[in-house]
Amino acid sequence: MADASRSTPKPLSQGQGMTRRQGVGLGLLVLAAIFVWMVFAQWPDWLNAILISKKAFLSAILNGLTLAGLYFLVASGFTLVFGLMRNVNLAHGSLYLLGAYIGYEFAEWTGYWLLGVAAGFLILAVVGLVMQVLVFRRLEGDDLRQTLVTIGISVVAADLMLAYWGGTTYQILTPEWLSGAVQLPIVTAVRSNGTEVLLVYPFYRIVVLVSAIVIGVGLWALVNRTRIGAMIRAGVDDRDMLAASGVNVHVVFAVVFALGAGLAGLAGVVGGSALSVAPGEDVRYLLASLVVVIVGGMGSIVGAAIGALIIGLAEQIGLVYFPTYGVVLTFVIMVVTLAIRPQGIMGGTR
Amino acid sequence: MSDLPLSPAQKPAGARSWIETLGLAHILLGLFLLIYPAMASDFFLTQIGGYSLVLGMISLSLMLLAGYGGMVSLAQITVAGAAGYVVAIFGVNNSGVHGFGWPWWVFVPLAIAIASLVSALIGWIAVRTEGIYTIMITLAVATACFYFTQQNYALFNGFPGYNGLRAPEVFGVYWRDPVPFYYLCLAMATLAYAAVLYGARSTFGLTLQAIRDNPRRMRAIGFNVTAHKVFAWWLAGLIAGAAGVLLVWFNGRISPGTIAVGPAINILVIAIIGGLRHPIGPFLGAVVVTLMQTFAIDIIGAERFNTLIGLVFLLIVFISPDGILGLWERFRPQAGREDWRTFRTATKQVGNKGRKT
Repeated sequence: MADASRSTPKPLSQGQGMTRRQGVGLGLLVLAAIFVWMVFAQWPDWLNAILISKKAFLSAILNGLTLAGLYFLVASGFTLVFGLMRNVNLAHGSLYLLGAYIGYEFAEWTGYWLLGVAAGFLILAVVGLVMQVLVFRRLEGDDLRQTLVTIGISVVAADLMLAYWGGTTYQILTPEWLSGAVQLPIVTAVRSNGTEVLLVYPFYRIVVLVSAIVIGVGLWALVNRTRIGAMIRAGVDDRDMLAASGVNVHVVFAVVFALGAGLAGLAGVVGGSALSVAPGEDVRYLLASLVVVIVGGMGSIVGAAIGALIIGLAEQIGLVYFPTYGVVLTFVIMVVTLAIRPQGIMGGTR
Repeated sequence: MSDLPLSPAQKPAGARSWIETLGLAHILLGLFLLIYPAMASDFFLTQIGGYSLVLGMISLSLMLLAGYGGMVSLAQITVAGAAGYVVAIFGVNNSGVHGFGWPWWVFVPLAIAIASLVSALIGWIAVRTEGIYTIMITLAVATACFYFTQQNYALFNGFPGYNGLRAPEVFGVYWRDPVPFYYLCLAMATLAYAAVLYGARSTFGLTLQAIRDNPRRMRAIGFNVTAHKVFAWWLAGLIAGAAGVLLVWFNGRISPGTIAVGPAINILVIAIIGGLRHPIGPFLGAVVVTLMQTFAIDIIGAERFNTLIGLVFLLIVFISPDGILGLWERFRPQAGREDWRTFRTATKQVGNKGRKT
């Protein structure tokens, strides 16, 4: 087993690159075709027998996609911060939970859900800014101590949040216009009298998914198409060189940290409305972020999206088809990724 | 240092008296720990003494990995928990699930063996990446294990876990009684401590430290870096596993709460507060944390203990990266220097010998 680990970071030989890519592309196309058929076709009985029912399967897929959207919102901040600052922020789950609580308080106080979302983002962005300026700048370049500090912060934060909000479960109420369910144009079954049963799905979850995609595209554009994005990417590659070329890296760091923390807070409000807000959620989303970025690759937005998709789908499909072993599935995915590609799917070589 | 006349560096190894071999500090500490039961109440004996030693052993396994191998693990409590679950499943429990009732001399070695294998497995996953990633991966592993034990009823009996785990009665002594339990913990902790001290000066220990300092160079010289690291994980697993057995006897139960993220972080906190430089650090940290845990009620109330411990942890990380040991190094009385110096020189000497042969 020792030898296997040493031989894995073998670079792909240049000549094979194209054919291999074509092979992967073809495989993906076939998979996509099968998937499209599974979504729109009438299922034969044997398929229903294997996968319980079309409705269960499609619900699992949709729930998985929604969860993936949520995971992406949390993990994208984590991966941005890590990629730029080499700072593993293990208090990221606490930021999520704090965002959820603040969103709840604001939504209750003002009566507007959107204000809760905005507050979750803005206040957590300020918290992130303060953390960066007061804590991480002092320990720059010392990975281990930064990480230890974030662990300490997460312990204190979890305890203080428990003290203030107690152990009860909160539910952030979504406004009228986001509630209810919609019928999707997907037939799950045909009754004996010929009427078609359409798939019904909560509208809010679709909104979560769409907003995650919008934010993801926005982040990608920010990182790849703007000036500050160019600075961030340059900082990921070579921090010292960026500083030497006249950019105030501390401002860039602060912006990125605020953005990352803000996204965690936003995800907290959004996720707290879809699911619930309770102590312990911080650990859940920290684990999700960790696994997503380990699988997807550190410091890559696209990687976070891919990782979130894989983990979200795996978790929900696991929940439906092998309930007590769902976590193991997530775990196996992580281990397999580490075995085949230790730097993650989209992770660059360091 | 060369100005110390009694330094073992200048004497042939055979001529050292046993006091010098052990070190005065060790002898005094050992004497104190041996007569501790005579002056402590049952509460102080078990809840402080025994518990600190058990936590110290788990943290020692982390210190071994972090201090000598540069691999900071958050999964040590998971390894201890693995041993605990083996004890619950193969021993006797009150939960009515499994509990095969095997004799202790079968399931205790089995528990430690399985724990060490679990540790090696976690290590094998974790050493695929380096540095800061190890924390992330071990945290992910520990969290996943926690959720898995919580959901799985077939093997781990889910949320309630296992109750009524009793220490065995051997030689007519019930080993969970305060005094026997204390001495049992003390013996195991001493064994682990001595093993780590010895191991650090062995060829393997020095190789591991060299790998920590420069893995690339060691790989180039021809050492199998991965194998050395995984072996270190296996050794750490032995210590954590033994501590895990003691831990379930101490608690009388094991549940997912025992291996949750909180306790996992607690182990790291103990090791960092104590210091990762020397194997005594984790035990120091364990005593400090256990005392704080017990007496925090008087300071800020039992509820907010985590805030206190978190703040102390933050303070330590900020002002003294080497924990209490680091503080001691900075402010220790001048007379105390000899012991540590001789230890260092001895390490260097034995080390050089080990490398040459």
